[in-house]
Amino acid sequence: MSQFLPDFLQLYIPNAIQIAYLIATGFFIVGIKRLNSPATARSGNQYASFGMLLGVVVTLFDREIISFEFIIAGVLIGAVIGIFAAKKVQMTAMPEMVALFNGSGGGASALVAWGEFSRMDPHFFDIQSLVTIGLSILIGSITFTGSLVAFGKLSGYIGGGRIALPGQNIINLVLTFIAFGLVGWFAVDPEYQLVFWLLFGLALLIGVLTVLPIGGADMPVVISLLNSYSGIAASMAGFVVGNNLLIISGALVGAAGLILTNIMCKAMNRTLPNVLFGAFGGDSAGAVIAGDSDKSIQQTFPDDVAIQCAYAKKVIIAPGYGLAVAQAQHALKEVANLLEERGVTVKYGIHPVAGRMPGHMNVLLAEADVPYDQLKDMDEINPEFSTTDVVLIIGANDVVNPAAKTSPGSPIYGMPILNVDEARRTIVFKRSMNPGYAGIDNDLFYSEKNQMFFGDAKKSLNELAAAIKELD
Amino acid sequence: MPSCKISILTTHDAHLIIMEDLIFNLFIFVLAAFIGFELISKVPPTLHTPLMSGANAISGITLIGALIIAGGSESVYSQWIGFTAIVFATINVVGGFMVTDRMLEMFKKKKEDEK
Repeated sequence: MSQFLPDFLQLYIPNAIQIAYLIATGFFIVGIKRLNSPATARSGNQYASFGMLLGVVVTLFDREIISFEFIIAGVLIGAVIGIFAAKKVQMTAMPEMVALFNGSGGGASALVAWGEFSRMDPHFFDIQSLVTIGLSILIGSITFTGSLVAFGKLSGYIGGGRIALPGQNIINLVLTFIAFGLVGWFAVDPEYQLVFWLLFGLALLIGVLTVLPIGGADMPVVISLLNSYSGIAASMAGFVVGNNLLIISGALVGAAGLILTNIMCKAMNRTLPNVLFGAFGGDSAGAVIAGDSDKSIQQTFPDDVAIQCAYAKKVIIAPGYGLAVAQAQHALKEVANLLEERGVTVKYGIHPVAGRMPGHMNVLLAEADVPYDQLKDMDEINPEFSTTDVVLIIGANDVVNPAAKTSPGSPIYGMPILNVDEARRTIVFKRSMNPGYAGIDNDLFYSEKNQMFFGDAKKSLNELAAAIKELD
Repeated sequence: MPSCKISILTTHDAHLIIMEDLIFNLFIFVLAAFIGFELISKVPPTLHTPLMSGANAISGITLIGALIIAGGSESVYSQWIGFTAIVFATINVVGGFMVTDRMLEMFKKKKEDEK
C-alpha cells in the first residue's frame, strides 16, 4: 500500500512499521497480563485484538507487498468463517472450537514457511533460514493435525479412549528424531524436493500419532500444549520471514501456554510427560479393577431423588465432564431453582479440572445464569461436605473418586478431589457403570451412602425437575 | 587470482551478517519467552478457558507472515499458498478474539447483576 503515499513519506515507512510493531507488542503484553484477573479480562482481550489489528494494518504498507487481490479475498473468507464459528458455537463446545482455531493457526504457520520456501530459488536461502523453515513446517504441521485429532476426540468423531499401537511412545520418539534429521537434511540439500515433502508428511503424521493415544480427559492439557506449540510455530514463521512482531508474540504465547499447561497438570497432580506418554489405561494396570462382581450398588429413580433433595437443608452439586457432554447446564439450573424455591440451600462445587477444559464448568454455568456466588472452588467447598445432606454428582467421576486419597497404587492417587464421601448422601448421575476416563473403578459408587441415578444427564435432570414439581 | 579471493570474502561476510541476524532474533525470542513465563502467574481457574482461547487468538499473528507471502510473491503458486495461510490465520484471529469476548462478556454480566 506504500505506493499510495507521497515520496517523502516513503523513506520513513520501514521504521514506522517497526515502531507500530513495537506498540502492537506492548498491547499484546498488557492484554495477556489483563487476562489474569476477572475484572480486567475483557479489556485485556480487547487490547490484544487492537494490537493485532494495528500489526496487520501497518504490514499492508510493507514495500514487499505488491498485490492485494489474494489478501482481500483471504481475509474476507477467513473473517466470515471466524465470525460465523464464534457466534454459533455452543459454550459446551468451546474446547472443540479452541482446538479448531488452534489448528488453523498452526496450519497457517506451516503454510507461511512453505510459501516462503516456494517463492524463491532454493539457492537463495542460507542454511539458517532453511533450518527455521524446516522447524516452522515441522511444528506448524504437528499443531495442525494434532489439533484436528483433539477436535475429533472432543466432539466424538474419534473414540475418546487410548488408541495406540504397542510401543507407540517409542514409535513416536523415533519418528520425531527422524523428523529432526529431515530438517537437517532439508537445510543442507534444499533442492531435493523429496526431503521437503517427506518432512511435511511426517510432521502431519506425528501430530496424529502423538495425540491419538491420549485419553479424552487429558485433552484439555493437550489443547493447552498445542496452543503453546502454535505460538512457537508462529515464532518460527517470524524467523522465516524476518519479522520481529511474529517472533515476539509467538514466543509470548508459547511460553504462556506452557505455564498454563503446567498449572493444569498441577491441578490434576500429574506431570506433563505423564499426560503425554499416558500412565492412564497404560502401564499401571494393577490399579484397574473395573467390573469387580463382589460389590453391589443401589439404584435410584427420579421420585426418590426428588424427595431426598426437596426435604434436605443443603444440597451441593458437583458437575463434571458428563454435564457438558449432555449440555445439561440449563436443566441443572432449573432443578436448582426449584430446590431454592423450597428453601433448600444450593451450592456448586467446582473442581479445577471439571468439564472439558479447566475453567470450562464456570463458563457453562455462567451461561446458564447461575449466580456467581454459588460457584465454589474446591478448597472453599470441601469443608462443607460434612454438613451437607445430599450431593448430586452429575457426570463427574474421577474428581470425586476416593481412591485419590486412599489407595496409593491408584494412577490418580494424590490428585486433589471433592470430598463428597463426607456428605450424608451422594447421588451419582451417570449413563452406565463404565469407568471414567482414567479407566479406574470408583469405590464411591459402592458406598452405602451412595445411590446411582442412571441415564443421560439432561434427561435425568428434566425428570427430576418434573418430580420435584409434583411434590406439591 | 585476486577476484576469487574477493568473492570468498564477500560470501563469508554475508554469512556473518546473516548469523548476526539470527542471533539478534534469538535474543528477541528468548527474552519474549521470559516475559511470557512471567505474565501468567496466578490465573484463577475460572479464567483458564478464556485465557487459553485469547492467547490462541494472538498466535494467529502468523497472519502477518501470510500477508507478506500472498502479497509479495511473484509466482501464482506461492500466492495461493499465502492465500490459504491468510484464510487459516484469519479464522484463528477473528474467531479467537470474538469467542473469547463472548465468554468474558458472560462473566461481566454476572458482576453487574451482583451490584
